[in-house]
Amino acid sequence: MSARSRVWTVAKRELAAYFDSPVAYVFIVIFLLLAGFFTFTFGAFFDRGEASLGAFFMWMPWLFLFLVPAVGMRLWSEERRSGTMELLLTFPITTWQAIAGKFLASWLFLAIALALTFPVWLTVNVLGDPDNGVIVAGYVGSLLLAGAYLAVSSATSAMTRNQVVSFIVALVVCLALVLVGFPPVTDLLARWAPPWLVEAVAAFSVLTHFEGFQKGVLDSRDVVFFASVIGFALFVTGVVLRGQRAG
Amino acid sequence: MIKVEHLTRTFGPKTAVDDVSFEVARGEVLGFLGPNGAGKSTTMRMITGYIPPTAGRVAVCGFDVAAQPIEARRRIGYLPESAPSYHDMSVVAFLGFAAEMRGLRAEAKKRAVAKAVETCFLESVLHQSIDTLSKGFRHRTCLAQALIHDPEVLILDEPTDGLDPNQKHEVRSLIRRMGADKAIVFSTHILEEVEAACSRAIIIDRGRIVANGTPAELKARSDRAGAVRLALRGPQAEAAREALAKLPGVARVEIVSDEGGAVAVRAFPDQAQRQAAFAAQLAQAIMSRWSWTIAELHTEEGRLDDVFRAITRPDTAREPAAPAPERVAA
Repeated sequence: MSARSRVWTVAKRELAAYFDSPVAYVFIVIFLLLAGFFTFTFGAFFDRGEASLGAFFMWMPWLFLFLVPAVGMRLWSEERRSGTMELLLTFPITTWQAIAGKFLASWLFLAIALALTFPVWLTVNVLGDPDNGVIVAGYVGSLLLAGAYLAVSSATSAMTRNQVVSFIVALVVCLALVLVGFPPVTDLLARWAPPWLVEAVAAFSVLTHFEGFQKGVLDSRDVVFFASVIGFALFVTGVVLRGQRAG
Repeated sequence: MIKVEHLTRTFGPKTAVDDVSFEVARGEVLGFLGPNGAGKSTTMRMITGYIPPTAGRVAVCGFDVAAQPIEARRRIGYLPESAPSYHDMSVVAFLGFAAEMRGLRAEAKKRAVAKAVETCFLESVLHQSIDTLSKGFRHRTCLAQALIHDPEVLILDEPTDGLDPNQKHEVRSLIRRMGADKAIVFSTHILEEVEAACSRAIIIDRGRIVANGTPAELKARSDRAGAVRLALRGPQAEAAREALAKLPGVARVEIVSDEGGAVAVRAFPDQAQRQAAFAAQLAQAIMSRWSWTIAELHTEEGRLDDVFRAITRPDTAREPAAPAPERVAA
């Protein structure tokens, strides 16, 4: 059996687990409601007088901040609590394959949720003539952003059998990833820190790297940034899982 | 098939498994006995590669569990303690998942699931969600998962825990049946289970193997093994005890019961005489000396229960200040 089919078997079960429980539907409904609410109310979608999804993507880092840890919190906590981790990790798969399978399943789930926002895209295309390239870049960026938050949630969920703890820790870590690039925070930092330091710190922010996607720029450095966050957080997940068993 | 060498595992300052070595060949069913917390589950987790040992190594079918974990795990079916399963799945979906994890696809998967369902009597709950099942069904669902790929090696951690007496009996005979062409290790603290299903038993206490042998060999280590139980009509209980104790070859005599006009006593041979002839000699001596009626006479086999209690310490016992004297390992 190939590595890919093992990963896929794990992912398939995980994805089915989302849709077998009401969690998936509750999440999707809440996500769509909030995305719509932020876009049309706070984002002043109609008042902007421009045919773009800027108002929609602008809120993604904040919206995902709460919703993605909610999706990722059960990834490993639940396996630990119910004892199925012992079953999963004694099947003939490596720990990395299990981590990848579970991560991909929840990422795919978020991709489905994101895809279901297509009415917003339809709306701008009916009302005006937007640059669909920018919109595609925005979606790609949102997906990468969700992946980064999710990988962090995967790591925090491996650390505890308590989902609430997992959620809160993931939220705090992701919040830190946002805030180091959030203008009010960087302005505060710029008052006493040299510019290079402010820039270096901001380089670790998802906001800084998400900005390009919002403008329709697919910069390879931004893609590498998100891929690195995902890779590192999944690596931490593996280290944590291994460390627990080594005791 | 399973080769465990000098396996040791510590959790912080506590040594859970201490230099455990044993082998299990094809066709053997090894019963793993011991009080709670003796290190049974920890040993099994190391055999399946779930937790790495602090020292020592395990080989399954010639594959080192640490160096070639995937090859080793392929050949193992594992029922973890407390029989976990994904409660949001139906029985058939869960078994299908287990089959796919074992690399079974399409027809092979269908056949494997059908066979495991049949073996573990799960037909009636096939499409039910696991969280709606009783403990017995959940347990058997996890057992079915362990059997799905017809593995050469089965590691079963308390396979009969939580089952009713009928189900226990079924699982025991299943283990015995499968034992013919597999290597099976199962842990239990039910002693009768060992006699019913094992070809060999290991008793483990505080991380160390304290006995290793066939159930018959272990029973022979009981001090009751070779004792003769007699029911006599005629004498008073105390008189019979004193008279019998004076016979040659008798070490001591204890009164078992004194009811309904018959006295039941148990005569222990002195060490030299621990043999089958003891019962005959005793009967002859009694008949030639007294006019008692022997209503019952048999040589006792010894009880695993006694052996177990004699060589393991209850977890309520305090740690000894000085190291305990070396126990005799079989």
